[in-house]
Amino acid sequence: METSNITRRRITEYLLEGKRFDSRKLLEYRNIEIESPVSNKAEGSAFVRIGKTEVAAGVKLGVSEPYTDSEDLGTLVTTVELSPLASERFELGPPKIEAIELARVVDRGIRESGFIDFNKLCIKSGEKVWTVFVDIYPLNDDGNLIDASSLAAVAALQNAVMPKYNEKTERVEFGKWTSKKLPLTEHMPLTLTLHKISRSIILDPCREEEDAQETRVSFAISPKGKDCMINAMQKGNESALTQDEISKMIDTAVEEWKKIYPAIAEKIKKVTAR
Amino acid sequence: MAYTKRFDGRAFDELRKMKVKIGVVPRADGSALFSFGDTIAIAAVYGPRPLHPQHMQNPEKGVLRVNYDMLPFSVTERKKPGPNRRSSEISKVIEWALSPAVRIDEFPNTVVDIFIQVLQANASTRCAAINAAAIALAHAGVPMNELVGAVSIGKIDKSIVADLIKEEEDYEDGEGATDMPMAFTSRSNKLCLLQLDGKISGEELKEAIKAGEKACKKVYAEQKKALKMVKE
Repeated sequence: METSNITRRRITEYLLEGKRFDSRKLLEYRNIEIESPVSNKAEGSAFVRIGKTEVAAGVKLGVSEPYTDSEDLGTLVTTVELSPLASERFELGPPKIEAIELARVVDRGIRESGFIDFNKLCIKSGEKVWTVFVDIYPLNDDGNLIDASSLAAVAALQNAVMPKYNEKTERVEFGKWTSKKLPLTEHMPLTLTLHKISRSIILDPCREEEDAQETRVSFAISPKGKDCMINAMQKGNESALTQDEISKMIDTAVEEWKKIYPAIAEKIKKVTAR
Repeated sequence: MAYTKRFDGRAFDELRKMKVKIGVVPRADGSALFSFGDTIAIAAVYGPRPLHPQHMQNPEKGVLRVNYDMLPFSVTERKKPGPNRRSSEISKVIEWALSPAVRIDEFPNTVVDIFIQVLQANASTRCAAINAAAIALAHAGVPMNELVGAVSIGKIDKSIVADLIKEEEDYEDGEGATDMPMAFTSRSNKLCLLQLDGKISGEELKEAIKAGEKACKKVYAEQKKALKMVKE
């Protein structure tokens, strides 16, 4: 059901007093749960729950031709399907802009951080490289699908192992795995999306809060030595931002990332270990 | 070696030569061509006109609908005709970038359609597209609060540069390339498009946004100049 104007107004007024319906602080996340694996047929998979928002992600590998401008690099394909199973707002049929944008934002975060070591995914330069397919399926939409989907994708990648490749037949022997993990680097990204509602900035909105949002900015941030770097960003929605507002959002995103990243990264590594 | 000299010899904050042509699609209610050097975009505006199918109409305000695409021969390797995931996303962000400037709420139940084609691409196509679209909207006489100007700002190695070209986007030495397309509204000076991919710190990003604001003012001057020359 659509959120009514009166609820939106109430949310906005509440936030200005620093209050949220579920008594969280403005920049406080809901409880994050990560499970892995969810499918023993996948190269890697994970399940992420942020409050009532639930997302499943799986990694499968395939072999394909490389792009002509990067002949010895593996490739990445990220898809999100917003199945009507997850919300009465989603419909069957070809992907709509919401799903496309979501997939592309998640994709950029992973790609630009350098989390996947594409150099090591080359089988034969110019001819055959591994393609990493990350398929993301929200199972329950209670807001903040961008952050939840990114987290699920990263956890599934962290969980992934390489399938067996038969050099003679030049084919993948699906269902048989090697002991080798998918080549990853230490630049594991975490996506934080800040939502602006009137003068308030919040993290991790529930569905109604997300509906009251005027604009959002997503930041995919990964560690760089002891510091961090911003790898991908997307401003979504119609309302424009002043220089001051965007500067504050950048600072807030980096600050919050520093607070929550170590624990989340550790949790991902722990639950995805084989 | 650090990136101290740009491939095409421009200063770091120098944009490519801009060209604006208004009324390039006489059939449309408004149209414009905008180019940054050899990146050329053309935009046509139709509307406000009744929106069909009817169930998509909004009785509270009009709908702004953007369709961005690239011609198959606008790039080195032929682009398959028709929309793809990239063009759908870019259409949406252009829509978001333009909507703060357009007084679409004055036209309930209607749609303003903006069709954009990239004729020739050498990076910054979404920025050229936004610039063309903003002029085309004004040319169509759609009520607007202000114009929108867009420029791609890049961090190439350690340098912040304005209006990237393809070679800069693909730069791999040192700290590599970070591409940040951004757009500002002309009067309220607000950020209405911001995307980023690459590797950048928070402080550098803030610096880049400042550079973007400055660069967008140059675009605005060019847009305004061209619009003033239009005679009814």
